[in-house]
Amino acid sequence: MKNLLILGAGTAGTMMANHLNRKLNKKEWKITIVDQHKTHYYQPGFLFIPFDIYKEKDVIKTKKQFIPKGVDYIQEAIELIEHDKNNVILNNGKNLPYDILIIATGSKIVPDEIDGLKGEGWFKDVFDFYTLEGASALRDKLENWKGGKFVVHMAEMPIKCPVAPLEFCFLADWYFTKKGIRDKVEMTYITPLTGAFTKQNCSNVLGYLMDDKKINLVPDFDVELVDEKDNFVQSYDEQKIRYDLLVSIPTNMGDDVIARSGLGDDLNFIPTHKHTLQSKKKENIFVIGDATDVPASKAGSVAHFQAETLTKNIVNFINGKELVKEFDGHANCFIESGFGKAFLIDFNYDVEPVEGTFPLPIVGPFSLLKESRINHMGKLAFKYIYWYMLLRGLPMPGISAQMTKVGKKIK
Amino acid sequence: MATKEIAGNKVNVNEEGYLLEFNQWNEAIAEAIAKEEGIDELTERHWEVIKYLQKYFEENDAMPSIRKMKKSGAVDTKEFYSLFPGGPLKKSSKIAGLKKPESCI
Repeated sequence: MKNLLILGAGTAGTMMANHLNRKLNKKEWKITIVDQHKTHYYQPGFLFIPFDIYKEKDVIKTKKQFIPKGVDYIQEAIELIEHDKNNVILNNGKNLPYDILIIATGSKIVPDEIDGLKGEGWFKDVFDFYTLEGASALRDKLENWKGGKFVVHMAEMPIKCPVAPLEFCFLADWYFTKKGIRDKVEMTYITPLTGAFTKQNCSNVLGYLMDDKKINLVPDFDVELVDEKDNFVQSYDEQKIRYDLLVSIPTNMGDDVIARSGLGDDLNFIPTHKHTLQSKKKENIFVIGDATDVPASKAGSVAHFQAETLTKNIVNFINGKELVKEFDGHANCFIESGFGKAFLIDFNYDVEPVEGTFPLPIVGPFSLLKESRINHMGKLAFKYIYWYMLLRGLPMPGISAQMTKVGKKIK
Repeated sequence: MATKEIAGNKVNVNEEGYLLEFNQWNEAIAEAIAKEEGIDELTERHWEVIKYLQKYFEENDAMPSIRKMKKSGAVDTKEFYSLFPGGPLKKSSKIAGLKKPESCI
């Protein structure tokens, strides 16, 4: 028997377990998946928790229920990947030798990377919303907040779900309006980028929206420290921005086990061939989802598209065939813009988000790079698609892994 | 793409004034771009950082991030800002004749 080992049972790892369980010959291959945590979080849902749109129960299920029968599930932390010995050591000392390794250990926020962020104000008037704890604590804070300087701060790229900080601003604007205190809240968004978003086309549209909603944009801001005694954020060129309530999107990094195993870059992301998803270090190691260093969004939709390419390539690798260079950086993201509306963007490594309709030309039903109610319905419906289709590795009707240019106004 | 005359040299630049071909770069061009960016004189420390960036680019075919610069020991972030005020990576790469650093998505 040969061993295929998957590290991480989050969105990407779980999808791969489901895909490969259907594709591999079980008389020859044993599939094992390892994760230290019991709970599977629907991470896109964290965004809605601070505004009490979703409750904790909406975003939590057990990991095991998504792992198919026929795949071994081990709940244990990973100590080391011995890539030169084709072996993984678990925290309990057990060895898991492998023939093929898929790393799907994801990324996480690391507040300690920013001086002073996890200081005396942490979870008092400084919060994150990228963890369930942070999002829930922020909800409790907002419930009784009377207004003041509301600052949202993004530390550095890359981050998981790069549009989430903007969506958070738009939803906060809506929330304060509904509460009748919007005129008592001064909103500011701080970013190290030169505009609201990384992609120029999209940045222009979202920039107008920031103006519209009276959210001050502070670009080109590289954070040096957070002072939680006097409540300000300071940049390296000594701009100071005061806050009464700070919501921070700290540095995102890959898992510590990647650093311990000598497999990552300086943010613990794994150098990966961007079209095949094979690691650059070893031929029998593949990487998927947030754990890679490929220049695509760190998002569930991206992992879903990657999973199709990676499934083909695992099969090709087993059969000694050439890998397909198929993954094109395709991402598809709903952007909540508040007041029951949302945008949808669809892009890849080479083509920026443009206007058009999706997934079908003209009829849509979703409109690209434009605000609409049906886009918002799409975003909410996505929770069900995630739990019942995406994780199980089922195809999405009408949506292919490669980005299509049909129905788009490409310049 | 446009052609621009910098310090008596005809060079190809993008719409933001970044050189498109590194082999058209020379030190006089660097000094002229620096002036345009509000840096009157390139000191020895400026040159050390510029040389570091050029070497890094040659080896990696990409620009380092601010974080990488910090970890490299070539220059600490505070000094990097004082040398190239406003946008150290953007300005230094422009002066060094390299691509504008892209933040990935």
